[in-house]
Amino acid sequence: MKTRTTRALQCSATLVAAGLLVTACGSSGGSGSGEPAASTSFQGRGPITYVAGKDTSGVVPKVIDRWNTLHPKEKVTFIQLPTDADSQRQQMIQNAETKSDAYTVLSLDVVWTSEFAAHQWIDRLPEKQFPLQNMLKPVVETAKYRGNLYAAPASSDGGVLYYRTDLLKKAGVTKPPATWSEMTADCAKVKKLPEAEGMSCYAGQFQKYEGLTVNFAEAVNSAGGVVTDANGKPDVDTPEAQKGLDFLAGSFKDGAIPKEAITYQEEDGRQAFQSGKLIFLRNWPYVYALAEKSKVAGRFAAAPLPGLSGPGSSSLGGHNLALSSFARNKATALDFMKFFSSEDSASTFLKDASLAPPYADLYDDASLVKQYPYLPVLKQSILRAVPRPRVVQYGDVTSAIQQEAYAALTGSKSSAQALKDLQSELQKSTAQ
Amino acid sequence: MADIKTPPGTAVDEPGRAADRRPGQPFPEAGLRRTRTRATAGSGRMATLLVSPTLLVLSVVVLYPTIMALKESLYGTKGLDPKTGFIRTTEPFVGLRNYTGIFGAAGDRFWNAFWNTTFFTVVTVGLETLIGVAMALIMHKAFRGRALVRAGILVPWAVPTAISALLWRWIFNSNGIANAVIGHQILWTTEGFHAKVAVIIAEVWKTAPFIGLLVLAGLQVIPKEVYEAARIDGASALGQFWHITLPLVKPALLVAVLFRCLDALRMFDLPYILVGAQKNSVETLSMLAQNEASNVRFGPASAYAVLLFLYVLLIALAFVRVLGADLVGDGGATGRSAGRRRRRITALRRAEVTA
Repeated sequence: MKTRTTRALQCSATLVAAGLLVTACGSSGGSGSGEPAASTSFQGRGPITYVAGKDTSGVVPKVIDRWNTLHPKEKVTFIQLPTDADSQRQQMIQNAETKSDAYTVLSLDVVWTSEFAAHQWIDRLPEKQFPLQNMLKPVVETAKYRGNLYAAPASSDGGVLYYRTDLLKKAGVTKPPATWSEMTADCAKVKKLPEAEGMSCYAGQFQKYEGLTVNFAEAVNSAGGVVTDANGKPDVDTPEAQKGLDFLAGSFKDGAIPKEAITYQEEDGRQAFQSGKLIFLRNWPYVYALAEKSKVAGRFAAAPLPGLSGPGSSSLGGHNLALSSFARNKATALDFMKFFSSEDSASTFLKDASLAPPYADLYDDASLVKQYPYLPVLKQSILRAVPRPRVVQYGDVTSAIQQEAYAALTGSKSSAQALKDLQSELQKSTAQ
Repeated sequence: MADIKTPPGTAVDEPGRAADRRPGQPFPEAGLRRTRTRATAGSGRMATLLVSPTLLVLSVVVLYPTIMALKESLYGTKGLDPKTGFIRTTEPFVGLRNYTGIFGAAGDRFWNAFWNTTFFTVVTVGLETLIGVAMALIMHKAFRGRALVRAGILVPWAVPTAISALLWRWIFNSNGIANAVIGHQILWTTEGFHAKVAVIIAEVWKTAPFIGLLVLAGLQVIPKEVYEAARIDGASALGQFWHITLPLVKPALLVAVLFRCLDALRMFDLPYILVGAQKNSVETLSMLAQNEASNVRFGPASAYAVLLFLYVLLIALAFVRVLGADLVGDGGATGRSAGRRRRRITALRRAEVTA
């Protein structure tokens, strides 16, 4: 009895010690692996994984199956993460922090590229092996960090302006507005119509979340300003940026944007537009198909976003493929990334899941345009698009933008003061 | 196994020996003491063995993470190397700077979160206690359809917090039921005091039944005779509640309130889903720590988590020490309050007699 007890105690003590040792090694082993990512050699073939948010359209397994039948010895397993972008990012970071090889190819939101590259969680990719010249330039920019390619563009997205064709026509407006002042004038004409009673002019996404960053950046860029300059330095305290923010804040003040739009995310705005409460709506292309099934079906169209003195610039959405630094079988992974981001796959994604492709010529394909009438507009939108700030501390930058833009929109700060504060906040978070 | 069998064996032997024993004979005493010592050592080992899995699990899932969090809170954020453009691979040791930081310029957000957390805890637990006790009194009454009422009151408690947060987000939508009922458009999920109100309403709705449930359990063990005696003595309903129900239900109520306080101090999912992340009006300490961690600043995140841990610990200690919440169930508090009750009842009687 006695010996058994002691042995059991000893055993458990050893186990605890071993456990502590393993975790200790895991947490402190980081300092050794700091070699530059450029020297990555893509070696090893075998099974890999593809990690992305939940696939609601069922098209991802279809494309992966196509790969798996072609490469039976290098099978790809699809790991689905939650729908919510923040939890996807968190799980990918956790995987990287533990240096796990569970994830091979990551589907990164375009704004995460800099952060993942700077932390060396993803490998630098050989630029020449991807057909970047056939892709839309702003989209390619989102895959780069400090001029080097770290991801392969897989899908894109840009904002468009939805408008009520029936009401505009009745009010004698023949074409969608290209500038904010045209939009205001058109709206004034439409509101004189009896059927436009109780309608508001315009809405976007103004709730305090990522959508506000998108809408703020669009307003600033459309007025000729920037949030961060070409080198990633914040430069938002400018007269141009203020004109952009003033457009949003002023529209809130004079009621062109309804008060409740401060709570709008994508879906709230879509519902308001579909139930006939809005004349103009800034939203993503996915709204098109859904609105076609609503009571405004056939009475709306999409146009490029308006700007201060000409067409505006959209922010960019979409996803890029990146290769986890801690993965095995990187040769297979590279081939899979080329396959998954090829024009062929992009066309499948567009047809089956209406994901905007990074390839320019797909937007002009007659049969695809028939299926998605907004494609030419979306192409213009993406071509004029400006990526959201490409900075390492994107999380801090976007929350600073949300904080200050929200203060300006709700009127608790003047837009000049908000931009001044934002500039100093951004300088703080990008200086780290 | 022989070791363990010793105590019962001695116990059986004891009466016989005691019968033979004459006063002044030291032998049986010594023998008894020897066997007892052996028994204690044996059962002590056994106890260690039996408890060790629990201790092991506790140290792995509680002690180790706590120590790691403490250690992590002494480290800063990995910096960016401007030459290579890469984040450095090691975290700098900053000592207590993550803690002292809350007194500096960056501390505004911490103190805002701290006051929000405290405000939510005080207000929600206060309201929940009032409503929960009322619920318990209703559930305790014998009337037709009592089972239905009991089940109905408990439904909110059964709904997962995240789901109830979503539910309330629809209710508090700009075109939601809440605005339709009050006939005035309040944008509940925007910054401002109304966001706090929204969180408090949803939280109280959800967790008042918890206090109700625990208090109900406390009510059911109060003997009927006490009330009968009080009625005979002519105590009013309010007097009965104040002098009998409340003191007797106090141990259960204190435990319920303590649990709710600890829970409310950790509040995260309800404001996060109902109102949204990074809203200053409703940001709690848990939300702040989560936000820091999600921005890959594990040092400050750990420091905030440790501070929250200390805060929770302090509140729990205060409850146990000052209010005498009986967590372990050793009956100490019950005995004490029962004694007090007896004194009160006699006082009541005496008062009645003199009247």
